[in-house]
Amino acid sequence: MRPFLAGRVMESYRKNFRAFLAFFTPPFVWLVLFFFVPLGIIWLYSFGETEGLTKIRLTWTLENYKRLLEPEIISLFWRSVWLSVISTAVCIVVSYPIAMVIATAKPKWKPWLLLVIILPFWTNLLIRTYALLNILGTRGRLNDLLHWLWSAGDRALSLIGLGDYHLLGERFMPVKFLGEPVGVMIGLVYVYLPFAVLPIYASLERLDRSYLEASLDLGASQWRTFRQILLPLSSGGINTATVITFIPMLGSFLIPDLLGRGQVDMIANVIERQFKSGNDWPFGSALSLFLLYITFILLALQSFHAMRQRKREEARG
Amino acid sequence: MRKNRLSPNRRQLLQGAAAAGLVFTLPKGAKADAGVVNFYNWDTYIGETTLEDFTKATGIKVNYDLFASNDELFAKLRNGNPGYDLIVPTNDYVERMIQADMLMPLDHSKLPNMKNLDPNFLNPAHDPGRKYTIPYFWGTVGIGYRKSAVDGVPDSWAYLYTSDKYAGRIALLGEATTVFQMAFKLMGKSINDWSDENIAAAEKMILAQKDRITAFAPDNGQDLLLAGEVDLAQEWNGDIQQAMDEDDDISYVVPKEGGLLWEDDLAIPKGAPNPDGAHVLINFLLDAEVAAKNADYVYYATPNKAARALLGPEYNENPVIFPPEEVLKKCEISIFPGQEVMSKIDAAWTRIKAAG
Repeated sequence: MRPFLAGRVMESYRKNFRAFLAFFTPPFVWLVLFFFVPLGIIWLYSFGETEGLTKIRLTWTLENYKRLLEPEIISLFWRSVWLSVISTAVCIVVSYPIAMVIATAKPKWKPWLLLVIILPFWTNLLIRTYALLNILGTRGRLNDLLHWLWSAGDRALSLIGLGDYHLLGERFMPVKFLGEPVGVMIGLVYVYLPFAVLPIYASLERLDRSYLEASLDLGASQWRTFRQILLPLSSGGINTATVITFIPMLGSFLIPDLLGRGQVDMIANVIERQFKSGNDWPFGSALSLFLLYITFILLALQSFHAMRQRKREEARG
Repeated sequence: MRKNRLSPNRRQLLQGAAAAGLVFTLPKGAKADAGVVNFYNWDTYIGETTLEDFTKATGIKVNYDLFASNDELFAKLRNGNPGYDLIVPTNDYVERMIQADMLMPLDHSKLPNMKNLDPNFLNPAHDPGRKYTIPYFWGTVGIGYRKSAVDGVPDSWAYLYTSDKYAGRIALLGEATTVFQMAFKLMGKSINDWSDENIAAAEKMILAQKDRITAFAPDNGQDLLLAGEVDLAQEWNGDIQQAMDEDDDISYVVPKEGGLLWEDDLAIPKGAPNPDGAHVLINFLLDAEVAAKNADYVYYATPNKAARALLGPEYNENPVIFPPEEVLKKCEISIFPGQEVMSKIDAAWTRIKAAG
């Protein structure tokens, strides 16, 4: 019986070159036409100058790249970095327990739990962000909750006779989430949490439970088992999760625009402005490529780490 | 070998192909009178039935597409017209497009309804003699405010730009040019005086005020007002008028230093596939009754004198739509300052956004 064609291709692309070509060519053409060519055009733009209002002249100037070093660009880039770093850290810390719950759940429940995590992916990003606008406003649901907690606390205090001191303040002051970095960070965590849960879940799922059993049997505490056995073994998943949440956060535009109310601009907002009101496509291209280089460097670092991790696993087993 | 149940014989195949072929040949006369016009406009900027009425009156179908800002319109058309016949840029973007040779000159002989226009609008600075454009609506930028939350009438830009009286309850617009221009008004300068000192002074003013500003709202200032998130919003008069319809507590004022006077024009971009159809549509929109219906829905000021005659005092004497003479005198029209100044404005704006 002849083996399945794709299986033959997967054996070795050298042995079945024509089959390999048949599979490889369409996606390759697509990649070249719709990714590399436009990227090449952007790359060329970044060495150009705006001429008049609509033309770009390719002068191989480095002026656009020099402008990347201007203080306001550096400061905006720094803000994007620390907002993304903190949001990624929160994402990882929140998603690890969730991934553990799903990985250790009964097989009956696993698909449903996964569905709960994946379902937000099916909702449009804009709608999800608008929902947050409703929740985080000064008259939104979150402040309603805080107000309720405040009145409960206030009443409790007056019950025990401390009412006159107004320990919790005279009046409830709604917390300002929108237009502040904290609101943008809440938005980033909310939107990118599924990205973080899934790789960690995948690595926990693949984990050999006998390691954990052995560690507990040999007398290690729960915490020590977690820190010295579980975390290192799932570090591949954590690294993947970190990279695939940090990179989109760094380049996010919609969340800081809507939730930051124009006060918490990130680097992608500046890029957008260059292609619209700034009418400076060369500078916008240079900024976009800068973001792309950073992404590539991070991905390269992550893949080096993954390679080293795999070598370590091979050496061990 | 098993005979495939679905294989058609040759005769059936030819019959099917002939039938399919017939579908693709339209009747000969179809194209001559049933053309199509691609209209690219702002959202909710036309009467509810206007385009259907147009198709009923002329047989021309309208493909209606929306854009949200002049920058979006300009960016779309920058590298060539993707197929629009009629667009609606604001006056300073009309200037940009004329400079970049992106507009087609109008044939006034095809626009007999031009006689309905107010003569004041026939020779503006940004398009002398109306060579490329026809005025559509005009209006002002001022302050929308919640009456119960402010003292009296906040009739100065100082309340938004320098005062801390309403700190945390202020919204400015999201576009650099307009925000800077209104700061210039507060400083007593002309909105078109883009000297380096003015830009630096305005930047300093806004940076100092940044903590008191709740939001730089691109065009939803009226929503923030309605939701109670802010009490003062720098906004276009028509947006505030819509908010006033929903909430009696909201009002609008053009500050005593003066506001921005803007005008949206109908224009035909170069490379339009159906310029004749576009002319027919422009002429239709200039018709007195059609313009009156549009104005009654959009509730911005119409430059069409004949249309105004058909509307009641509720529209014509509304101070939000038609500001009083003394106020109008202090408002200025924005002139496109050139790409170099735009870069300076953008750099200053990026500095403002990057701070704090």
